[in-house]
Amino acid sequence: MPESFLNSRGKSIVLALVHTIQENTAYLSEVDGAIGDGDHGINMNKGFSRCEDLIKDRDINLTDSLNNLGTVLLDDIGGSMGPLYGSFFLDMAAVCHEKTEIDQYIFGDMLKAGMESIQGLGNAKLGDKTLLDTLIPAYQAYDTALSSKASFKACLSDMVLAAAKGKESTRDMVAKVGRASRLGERSRGVLDAGATSCLLILQAFASSIEPLIS
Amino acid sequence: MQRIINDPNLVVDEMVEGFVKNHSKLISKTSNPRVLKYKNAPIEGKVGVVTGGGSGHKPAFIGYIGHNMVDAVAVGEIFSSPSAKSFLDAFRVANSGKGVACLYGNYAGDNMNVKMAKRLAEAEGINVMTVVANDDVPSAPINEREKRRGVAGEVLMWKIGGAMAATGAPLYEVVRVAQKAIDNTRSVGVGLTPCTIPAVGKPNFVIEPGKMEMGIGHHGEPGVAVTDLKPADQIADDMLGLILPDLPFISDDEVVVLVSGLGATPVMELYIYFGHVFDQLKAKGITVYRSYVGNYFTSLEMMGVTLTIMKVDTELKKLIDMDSVSMGLTQFDWSN
Repeated sequence: MPESFLNSRGKSIVLALVHTIQENTAYLSEVDGAIGDGDHGINMNKGFSRCEDLIKDRDINLTDSLNNLGTVLLDDIGGSMGPLYGSFFLDMAAVCHEKTEIDQYIFGDMLKAGMESIQGLGNAKLGDKTLLDTLIPAYQAYDTALSSKASFKACLSDMVLAAAKGKESTRDMVAKVGRASRLGERSRGVLDAGATSCLLILQAFASSIEPLIS
Repeated sequence: MQRIINDPNLVVDEMVEGFVKNHSKLISKTSNPRVLKYKNAPIEGKVGVVTGGGSGHKPAFIGYIGHNMVDAVAVGEIFSSPSAKSFLDAFRVANSGKGVACLYGNYAGDNMNVKMAKRLAEAEGINVMTVVANDDVPSAPINEREKRRGVAGEVLMWKIGGAMAATGAPLYEVVRVAQKAIDNTRSVGVGLTPCTIPAVGKPNFVIEPGKMEMGIGHHGEPGVAVTDLKPADQIADDMLGLILPDLPFISDDEVVVLVSGLGATPVMELYIYFGHVFDQLKAKGITVYRSYVGNYFTSLEMMGVTLTIMKVDTELKKLIDMDSVSMGLTQFDWSN
């Protein structure tokens, strides 16, 4: 049976995303430093914290909170992560726009829209050592659980398990797109920073949605 | 870190402030703090020329805003693409109605943000065409040229594109010559020391003392070989050996040469280096039509040099010779 949470109570979800990025700023930069610029945590923290300033004192729902987050990332952050995560959150928001209640089916559609928006922008495929190596298996696991009529919580928990496995899988991959792809074989043996932040984001979605589900 | 900065997170903002104060006759701020424009832009009847990229490459990118050069620039964080919004705002302030040529370098973030900005601009009725510089030879083999990075060859692309736009040529012509310029251009860099993004606080790659990395990218992307540091003439020979066969540049060609320091190499050494490049080209029957030696496209405080060579024909010679005024490249014909 469908379970759901109120869109109007969903600001806490976006604040949970903000907090996980803030708490992991140094860790994300360290992961990025191995094969990237070492600024992934810094740039993510800048965008997510700016969103926190915009929404923390306002009474707004999940849709508007996600729109704020996506817009800040897209307009102010730049790099590769600005447009990728920016479109991810904006396209998630577009799905729950005008939905009073969000059930496991709507959240599944949100995940799918976000994932497709990233796929459309960056031309990366599964196995290219990007955040899609976390996101695609996470969505697939969520969707499989959904098809087998699992509860909202069970869908989320399957999503997080697959996301964690997906993130870990990037360790043995050779980067095919983005700056790390310039390293060829030398990019093997370390995690992808985007795949790492993507897991943190999906974990925060799951852990903040669970207490809201009625 | 031995750096003259305040808050490492504010280096880009504070740099932009100082830049505008110093170049107030040439440069204007816009409503977007991450977009600067030529004071006279948009210029009636002229195609707008826009570029943008991560910071840390001074004079690139904002140093090429000016007369017969670039009209507007989107400014990113250090080594990080400007946002799509900033590219869009740059298109808006550069557009006089004749459209915008966005001439930028081949990096994943820039490609994505320009693509999104172009889509948004076209929804507003601004016609945007792009040319993506990919002059850096060691970054990919010739059969995968679309994967190569854009480096100091971008300066020549802006000079040529900016000059063509200044003639009042339509957008497709501006884009055609900018593409021709980059297609005729090859570059290679060598790094002697790493560089540090201030907010990160430590270098994210290593070049051991006494070593050099041939083919390094100007964000420290790995090159093709790490060897003992060689004398200037041998470094120049190695670099010519990488880029001359790639186009190829051959006897009786006329070329423009641009030698740029990467930030911390004394300009004196760039002249030592250039002298040998000039002689070697001459020995191969290649004529240096015009040359530029200095810090044109840097990489924070990296030590090293990039060599860029563009083959020129009558059309490109006319455009490279046009007067220009910008912080990074000012030239005028005083000889007659």
